[in-house]
Parts: sequence; C-alpha cells; structure tokens
Amino acid sequence: MSDIGFVRTEMLPEQDPPASEVGIIGWMRHNLFDGWFNSALTLLSIYFVYKVLAALVPWILSPTWDAGSLAECREVLGALGREGHYAGACWGVINERWIQLIFGFYPAELYWRPIAAFVLLGVALAPVLFSDKVPSKLLIFTILYPFIFPWLLWGGTIWGPISVVLGFVVGWLVYSAVDKAVSNLALVYSAVDKAVSNLVGIIAGAVAALIWWLILSGYFVGAMDSIAAIGIEPVESRKFGGFMLSITIGVVAIACSLPLGIVLALGRQSDLMIVKYLSVGFIEFIRGVPLITLLFVASTLLNIFMPPGTDFDIILRVLIMVTLFASAYMAEVIRGGLAALPRGQYEGADSLGLNYWQSQRLIIMPQALKISIPGIVSTFIGVFKDTTLVSIIGLLDPLGLSNAIRADANWNGIVWELYGFIALLFFVFCFSMSRYSMYLERKLHTGHR
Amino acid sequence: MTTLTDPPKEQFRLSMLLYDTRYRSATIQVIALIGFMLLAAWLISNTMQNLEALGKPVEFGFFAEPASYDINQRLIEYTSRDTHLRAAFVGLLNTLVVAFLGCVTATILGVIIGVARLSHNWIVARIMTVYVEMFRNVPVLLWIVFIMAILIETLPAPRAFRGETPEASMMLGDSVAMTNRGVYIPEPLFSNSLGDVHLFGASSLRFDVSLDLMAILLVLGIGIWVSNWIKHRADRIQEQTGDRPVTWWQRTAVIVVPMAILLYLLGFHLGYPELKGFNFKGGTHLRNSLIALWLALSLYTAAFIAEIVRAGILAISKGQTEAAAALGLRPRKIMRLVILPQALRVIIPPLISNYLNLTKNSSLAIAVGYMDITGTLGGITMNQTGRELECVLLLMLVYLSISLIISAIMNWYNESVKLKER
Repeated sequence: MSDIGFVRTEMLPEQDPPASEVGIIGWMRHNLFDGWFNSALTLLSIYFVYKVLAALVPWILSPTWDAGSLAECREVLGALGREGHYAGACWGVINERWIQLIFGFYPAELYWRPIAAFVLLGVALAPVLFSDKVPSKLLIFTILYPFIFPWLLWGGTIWGPISVVLGFVVGWLVYSAVDKAVSNLALVYSAVDKAVSNLVGIIAGAVAALIWWLILSGYFVGAMDSIAAIGIEPVESRKFGGFMLSITIGVVAIACSLPLGIVLALGRQSDLMIVKYLSVGFIEFIRGVPLITLLFVASTLLNIFMPPGTDFDIILRVLIMVTLFASAYMAEVIRGGLAALPRGQYEGADSLGLNYWQSQRLIIMPQALKISIPGIVSTFIGVFKDTTLVSIIGLLDPLGLSNAIRADANWNGIVWELYGFIALLFFVFCFSMSRYSMYLERKLHTGHR
Repeated sequence: MTTLTDPPKEQFRLSMLLYDTRYRSATIQVIALIGFMLLAAWLISNTMQNLEALGKPVEFGFFAEPASYDINQRLIEYTSRDTHLRAAFVGLLNTLVVAFLGCVTATILGVIIGVARLSHNWIVARIMTVYVEMFRNVPVLLWIVFIMAILIETLPAPRAFRGETPEASMMLGDSVAMTNRGVYIPEPLFSNSLGDVHLFGASSLRFDVSLDLMAILLVLGIGIWVSNWIKHRADRIQEQTGDRPVTWWQRTAVIVVPMAILLYLLGFHLGYPELKGFNFKGGTHLRNSLIALWLALSLYTAAFIAEIVRAGILAISKGQTEAAAALGLRPRKIMRLVILPQALRVIIPPLISNYLNLTKNSSLAIAVGYMDITGTLGGITMNQTGRELECVLLLMLVYLSISLIISAIMNWYNESVKLKER
C-alpha cells in the first residue's frame, strides 16, 4: 500500500467569501453590472433618472406657497434669480384652492358633514374589510349607514331617512304577521304549506313597504316635521364638487352595483334561458359601450325615459348610470368568483337538500364573494378613476374644477401644478386601494381558494 | 299476492306551476319576460309622450342635412357643406385610426415594459414598476389632458423655425417638424400614380381607395406568401434529410426586391413639410389632439398590458425552460418554441379586453377636441340638431358593433393559439 502523502487532521478556519461576491459590491455585480448589456442599461437608466430628477426637483422646490397670483409667483422666483417659463412651480394656487379641489362649492361651514360621512364610511366598512380585527356587532351600523350617508351629504330633515328605514320595518312586520297567520291556516287546510305562507308573506310585506314609501311616508314626514323639525341645512347638488363628488359617485355606484351585480351574475349562470339571455344582453351591452355615452344618456336622455314631468337631479342621474355601468363589470367579477368554486360545493349543497336560494346564501355566495373581493376592489378603482369623465358633461369634479380655476385671472396660465396635485391625490387613493387588495389576496390565499 | 299497478297519474294542478321544478322554471321565466317587456313598454311609452310634448318625433332625416362644421383631422375629404352622415363617417374613421394606432403602440410598449419589469437589472425593474404604478393609478382622462398640455406648452411655435438663426429646428434631416400646432411628417407621394378608385359615387359614404396603396399591399402580400412557402419547403427538407437549408436571404429577397421595383416604377418619393409664411405646408399634419390622445391611450394601456405580459411569463413554470434546455434548445429557440406559445395563451384573453378598453377610452377624444365619432355624432351634430335620442343611440350602436367585431376577431385568434385539448 503506497503511503498517502498528506492527510489533514485539523479543520481549516472558515474564510470570508471573496469581497466581489458579497456586500454592496457583490449585489451591484449581480444586479446592475451583470455583463456588458446590463451595464449599459444600468448606466442609461441612471442617466435617465438623473435627468428627470434634475428637471423636476428644482421645479418642485420653489418657495411660492404664499403667492396670491401667477404674477406674484414669477416675482418671487425672479427675486431668487430664477427666470424663465419653467423656473419653478407656483404652489400658491394649491394653497389657495386645495380646499375647493376637495369639497367643490360645498358651504365652508358645513365641511364637517362630508368629513363625518367619509369617516363613518370607514367605520361602516371596517367590519366587512377587516373582519378579523373588528367586533361584528358593528355590522348593525353598516346596515344603517346607507341611510345616514345621503342625509349627511344632502342634509334636510332627519325624518326622510327615518321614514325610509320605517318602510323596511313595516315590510318586515307585515311579512312576519302574514307568514304566521297563513301558517296557522295551514293547520286547518292541509293544502297550504310552509312555502306558500312564506311566499304570501313576502308579497304582502313588499306591498306594505311600497304603500308606505309611495303614499304614507310623505304624510309621515310632513307630520313629524310639524311636530319636531329636526334636521340639518339642505345642500343643493350643484354645490357638490371636487374629490368629494368623485368619492361620492364611486362609493354609491359600487355599493349599489354589488347587489345588482350579484343578481346579474346569478342570472348569467342560471339554467333559465330567458333570464340568462336578459342578463347576458344587459352585461354585454353595458360593457360594449363607453361610459361617456352612458353619461350622455344621464345628461340628456334619462329625463325623456321617465314619465312626463319628472325632473330629477343631475347627480342622481349620473349615479344611476354609473351604477348600471359598474354593475355589469361587477357581475363579471362575481361570475369569475362563482366559476372558481369547485363543482363539489354546488353538488354538496344540493345533496344536503338545500334549495337554490338556501345554497346560494349559505354555501356558494360566502365563498364566491370572498374570492372576488380583490376583483371588486379593482372594479372600484376603475370606477373611481372613471368618475373624472363627469367633467365632460359639466359636473365639477377635480378636473372640471381645474378648468374653472384656470379661468380665474389670477391663475390664468397655471397647468402643471393643478394637474400634478389632482394626479397625486388620485394616485394616493388608487395606489393604497390596490395595495389593500393585494393584502387581501395574500390573506385569503389560505388552504383552498 | 300483490299486483303491480301504475302509480296514479298526476293531474295537472295550478299549484304545480310553483312547486314542481319541471314547471317552476317556466313560470319564473315567463314572469321575468313579462316584467322585462312591461319595463321596456313603460320606458318606450314615456319616451314617446315626452318626445311628442317636445315636438321631436324620432326620425333620422337630419342626417341628410348639411353639417356646416369643420373637421380638421380627417382621413377622407370632407367640407362643411357635407352631410351629418358624412361627418359621422369621418368621425368613425378617426375613432378607428386612433384605436388602431393606440393598440399597436400599447402592445409594443407593454411587451417591452412587462419583460423589462422581470429583468434582473434592479434599476430597470424599479423604473418600470414606477411607470406601471404611475399610469395605472391616475385616470386616463387626466393623462390625455396632461399630455395635450405638454404638447401645447413645451413645443415651439411654427414661427420659432423662421429666420437666419431659428430657435427651433426640424428633426431627422429636416423631415419632421414638431410644433405646438402639431407634428408634420413627410408624406409618401407617387409621381407615376395609378390614381384612385372612387367608391359609392357621390353619396355620404363615398371614399377613395388609392390604387398605389392597393398595389403595394398586393405585392407585400404575395411576397409574404412566397416567403412562407420557402419556409415550409425548408421545413420539409429538414424533416426528410435533417439539414435545414439557409433561407433567410431568399425569404428577405422575395419581399424586398419586388417592393423596391414597384416603388421605383410608381415613382415613390417623400413630400417634406416646409415652412411657408406662418405655418408649415406639405407633408402629413398630425394634430396635437390626435398625438395627445394616441400617446396617452398607448402609455396608459401599455401599463396594463405590461402587467398581463408579466403575469403570462410568470405563469409558465421554470420546469418548461429547464426541460427545453435539457432537450438541447438554445435560449432564443426556448423563448420562441416553448415559452411564448404557452405564455400567449394566458396573455391573449385579457389582452382582448384591454384592446376593447382602449377603443372605448378613445371616446375621451372629446376632451381634447379630436373629432372622433363621439366628437362628431355625439358632440357637434347632437348639439346642432338637438336629436339627442337618435344620436346617442346610434353612438352606442356604433361602439357596440366595434367592440363586438374586435372581440370576434381576437377570439378567433385566441382559438387558433389555444391549447388543443381533448
């Protein structure tokens, strides 16, 4: 056996990796200068970023916050030795008008109302959005919120929303009373069973609620007003504007389109041919035309479609059309959620003996809606961005207001500051919502989908 | 002893309409249909009454009246004496032009950005992320007016090009002039032109088809067909012998050479824009409104397409690349033969809906004064004639047809690249 020259008996001390592989140098070698092509790209990108920043930063850093007009801005910049068209931004316009860009022409002493409405919106949404962190008793407030929201924004007597709520209460009372009475009859006549009493109850309840809303509530509101005139100052729709208008349209459209969208999605998935074709026709029609044509309908045609003499508010008309628009997209999102559920869920519900509505309510919808929340959020972002279109039919959303502000002699010639500010606000809203939807996607991605 | 008897035959009772699942679906459908028809009848009768009161019965006669407004950006000849129908037709072509240009640019940009966002180069990936988030989270209408403002405010006026030492100069060898009134680019001219074919006589839908263009398209089409034939022949030879003949120069030549000969025969040359007086003359004039709309729609939609492309590439598992490499394919072939065909399947359906969105968003042209179908039919024509119902309904119909046609074409393409399953 030849002798082995050398066998190491002790461990060598660990060595550090080469300096070019770790730390900031190693990171740069791997991520920035990995071959000649990447190096060139990196240098080019750095040059591009430098150029953009060199042009933007001095422009943004301009001490014109207190200026009262464009000429004053130029003076301030001129005193600093900064001449020329793009010497610096004129932030005075934002300082003077930001509150208008947010609230439009809403009366200044009533600003607390929209603020309260949107803060309460957060409270109302919390039990839905962060269901694991917020007590579920808040859901009662969520149910009442749709009646508080318009009252806070438009004002008027408090008996209006109360009377609307009472309509639901009346309907419910009549439903349970009739249901009970007919069930008692069922003990006598065997032909009448549970389903009939239920159906008769629902019809009676709906009729009672309709009678209340259409006929009695007017008297009720009038009577209660003369007894105790509790109310807040009404605000006309044409004073609405700015981001408040955008958020109002976005929130109302999404909230109303959710139930409509669910119905349309179920209709589209349904086995009933006529119901299916009606739903498909509606969805495809709305998705095939641009929102601007629907807004034309709101501004010119909707009054023509209503009984002669009807004349309702332009914001209400826009709300109706945007809701219809959003509901078609919502239906497609929910249909995606329904399709993503495994077939076994439907079959399981059937084999438990649940009927269609029971299985939808208890098995299908809770899962399908959970899957579609990210899609719903992105639909909301889309609708929120699309609310800028109302400026084309003459409503004063931020973009419409920016034109009004530029028509002011003091600020004639301002462009970038206004657009930049509006873009920034939209960006903050939409970006945070899209991050939220990503957070949800991660949170919901547990176990089966 | 038992006797088998048929179960007693159930008699039809009225309650079965409600309880028997066989009849219940019919009941519900009939109720739904009646409800829908009642709603429609109610809306139509309201409309009729209102229109009667306004003295505006539904009729489309106004389309034959002279429009008496001007359209500055147009593909076909049009004067203000032409009819409203002609104006709408010009607007429709303008919509299609900007939608087509936008789709092409958005696709190219979107693919580049989507791939760049996956780059290992940290700074490139970050820049692209900023781009995507910036464009996705700000309304497209804001981008349109913003880019319009950039064009008007930052580009030089035509008079800046005048004088001995002009402040501004034309680009690309004095062929392109970018001014605050629009961009002037060279136009193709033919000294031995074949002339035009006039279609539809003197009606409102008349338009001219350039025979030169037709000849060029024909030669191009034949060239591509021959080139494909050469490719198939090469495929056949490769299958039989294992060797692939070198064909790239043949395939290029059959397209380029006939085209060059044709262009020479037609006397092809470019007409350059020139400064005459206060403005540029000659060349093709692209108005700011068109450029702003085109750029804004492309940049906005590109951000969405980039995300789709990124998702499509990420959806292909790494094993596919590794398996293809194990088979001995080179990186370019892996991309072309393995990754792309699979990624396309994921990419195309959402791509279709983005094309549709772009086309529908082109209706925002009205904000910058580009005369598309919304600006003509839904804008000036509607305001001049006061025929809101007819104009808006027709406008919707036009957009609906465009949407359906685009989705039909793209679905057909999707069928052809889709995974052929059992």
